[in-house]
Amino acid sequence: MSEARKPETGKPETLQSLTIGLAGEVFAIPVMVVRDILDPLPVTAVPTARQFVNGLINVRGRVVPLVDLRLKLGLPPAETTKDSRFVVIETDIDGENVIVALRTDKVYEVGDVEFVDGEEAPRIGMRWNPELLHGIGRRNNRFIMILDLGRVFASIEPTDF
Amino acid sequence: MSVVQMEPVEIFRQEAEELFAQLEAALLDLEGSPQDKETIASAFRALHTIKGSGAMFGFDAVAKFTHHVETVFDRVRSGEVLVSPGLIGVTLTAKDHMRRLIEAPDQVAPGVGDAILAELRRVIADSGQGAPVGRPDPAQLKPAQATNAPAVSPQSQPSSPSAAGFRIRFALPNNALVIGTNPVLMIRELLDLGEGRVKGDASAVPALDIIDPEHCYLRWEVTLTTSQPAEAIEDVFLFVRDESDLSIEPVSEPLGQEPAPIFALAAPPPGVGDGSHPTARPPVEPDPQPESARKAPPVAKAQPAGVVKVNAERIDSLMDQVGELVIAQSRLKQLAHSGEELSLLALRAIAEEMERLVAELRDTTMGIRMVPIGSLFTRFRRVVRDLSRELGKEVQLVTQGEETELDKTVVESLNDPLVHLIRNAVDHGVESAAERLAAGKPAEGTVLLTAAHVGGQVLITVSDDGKGLDRPRIKSKAEERGLIAAGADPTDAELFDLIFHPGFSTAGSVTSVSGRGVGMDVVKKTIDGLRGTIDVSSKPGAGSRMTLRLPLTLAIIDGLMVRIGDGRYIVPLTAVDEIVELEEADDGQSAANNFLYIRDELVPFLRLRDLFSLSGDPPPYEKVVIVSAGERRVGLVVDQMLGDHQTVIKSLSRMHADVKCFSGATILGDGRVALILDIIHLIDFGQSREERLRTP
Repeated sequence: MSEARKPETGKPETLQSLTIGLAGEVFAIPVMVVRDILDPLPVTAVPTARQFVNGLINVRGRVVPLVDLRLKLGLPPAETTKDSRFVVIETDIDGENVIVALRTDKVYEVGDVEFVDGEEAPRIGMRWNPELLHGIGRRNNRFIMILDLGRVFASIEPTDF
Repeated sequence: MSVVQMEPVEIFRQEAEELFAQLEAALLDLEGSPQDKETIASAFRALHTIKGSGAMFGFDAVAKFTHHVETVFDRVRSGEVLVSPGLIGVTLTAKDHMRRLIEAPDQVAPGVGDAILAELRRVIADSGQGAPVGRPDPAQLKPAQATNAPAVSPQSQPSSPSAAGFRIRFALPNNALVIGTNPVLMIRELLDLGEGRVKGDASAVPALDIIDPEHCYLRWEVTLTTSQPAEAIEDVFLFVRDESDLSIEPVSEPLGQEPAPIFALAAPPPGVGDGSHPTARPPVEPDPQPESARKAPPVAKAQPAGVVKVNAERIDSLMDQVGELVIAQSRLKQLAHSGEELSLLALRAIAEEMERLVAELRDTTMGIRMVPIGSLFTRFRRVVRDLSRELGKEVQLVTQGEETELDKTVVESLNDPLVHLIRNAVDHGVESAAERLAAGKPAEGTVLLTAAHVGGQVLITVSDDGKGLDRPRIKSKAEERGLIAAGADPTDAELFDLIFHPGFSTAGSVTSVSGRGVGMDVVKKTIDGLRGTIDVSSKPGAGSRMTLRLPLTLAIIDGLMVRIGDGRYIVPLTAVDEIVELEEADDGQSAANNFLYIRDELVPFLRLRDLFSLSGDPPPYEKVVIVSAGERRVGLVVDQMLGDHQTVIKSLSRMHADVKCFSGATILGDGRVALILDIIHLIDFGQSREERLRTP
């Protein structure tokens, strides 16, 4: 996975990220895995699928599952607004190329996000399921939650079927 | 279309794979008819070519080893040695060894080859033909070859009249290697023209201390049977013609079979010239079967992974269709730019023609991926042969429908499941000869393997005439493991379906072959993955039969598009029996009573709207698509029929691996995604859901 790991030693490391908005909070995704940022597309519902991954979209001739991170984080599903974007991310899992699209309320920008040390981090991250977070970062003096995509993928993969 | 250039070594590996298949098929044929000259010649030719090209591509160990086996078969060919079961057995082992030498030479334990050769010598000695077979040390190689060379085969058969023989002798200028001429490529180019045999002459190679490593000391003689004119041969030497010593002379005799003397390059040069100098060469013996055997072996050959051989006819029709499509497209363009008011009629005409062309193109393109399943069936003969010996049973494998064509990927993934089913049939199904005789059956059991096209599907059956599945035993085992309630009375189909349950085995003891209860569930998983089904039927004492139904291809299917709520879904057309309207009289009944009467038959139906938990109310007149899955006929209630749809299948992401009701998705004309129903899983899902509803 191309996601930069926070080094055990050494001081402030930065991660080039795409910042997105979900339920009024700002999250960061490593820019390396972002493949596309799309305006909302027609979504095909997948009956019997788990709620947070119950849609399919057509990304340039490819059928891609749409993940609603808000549901994963325990928030109500989002209304589609003029700011809504689908962020298509691509990564390797067990040597297999996997593409999913994330439903976001807003896409901000691409830029460096600075990791913040554990003690320094405020408790805001704890509002969310901390399992999906890689850590807390800072950009323009604002705290940003850095998503751990490895865990995000692991959490949306069906474990028992 | 881009042409991928393959590594020469890869080409050799592939060729070798085909040759091994040819050799194995020939050897197994010989078990039935040990005197058949054509089969012997086929085996010999395979060995010969493996040796020749093995040496050419640097697989010296293979060439060295194969040489000894080939020598034996040369003697078989001349009638000096008789084919015996022992000889066939050792040669099969030798074949496996050769294959290992090519595929994983590092993992071959030293001495294995020598042991096989020793066994080979013993087998020949046993059959009263005690002449020595070559020993594996290189010193022995040369004499063996020299004595071999003048042997003239008794068989003869004229080659095709259009082919002419040429003897080409050439020596390259001394500086040939310095200026970048590669004699190996030239020889290969020559051999591309027809059937050829190459002989190297190393007599001009000086002693080691005065040798100039950049000098080209070797001379070659190529005997070539080709339908090409002499000019084609000259063209090969186009760039070196002036400096080379070249002679091309027609010869009357067609090409013979001899050890390829390229091999002689590996032997020490002194003395080689005596036996094999061009002028001292005896007339070549005629090849009993010059073209046919190499180009079209009696059975279809196994295709190596990643490469498909395509019939030239198919490529031609592909070209024709693409040509027509280009014309249709330019007509469409003309129409669009004509400036006149758009004629709907003309547009429809083009649309129709394009539709026809695209359908044809699709069929032809899919045809390219089709390979006959016979390539797979031939592999199983060996499986049955080896296994029946190991178990001390007499079993013959009978195959039917080898010509049945299937998608290449399907054929490849069928190998393991079929091997498993066949091993099961031999191990569990067929009884020992004594038991069979006691039951009034012939001592030799039969495993029948058939393939046939039925509708849009391929039907493959593996059946045996053995004792059949042990119904009581499966039942008690299933009860013991809690798979069925004690005292329940399941139907045969339900009961036999349990053998696909993971870890289910009724074998009393674990043999090396089966009884561990792994496998049948894997078989089922593989078949499911191919979107196929597997059915079991069995009669006590008469044998059992496994029936596999598989889709023709994995890429495109004909589908029926239906609408349920806002969503559009594709029902595979092969599963659709008929479509009826859901009348109000049938409707409005309790959920426990979802049945339709169709021609006096009671057909249960599933409301997909409920099953998929869709919101909104159904339209007043719903339709029911009656589908069949195996033995079951079930109605699927949908809102509306939208017509047939050419469905390009896109698989679902692993994020949806838990979604069983859909086998994939497709992209519709408007860019939206539609799901393809997986009929079998959908019915299972519907039934389990109803059962849950019924039992609170």
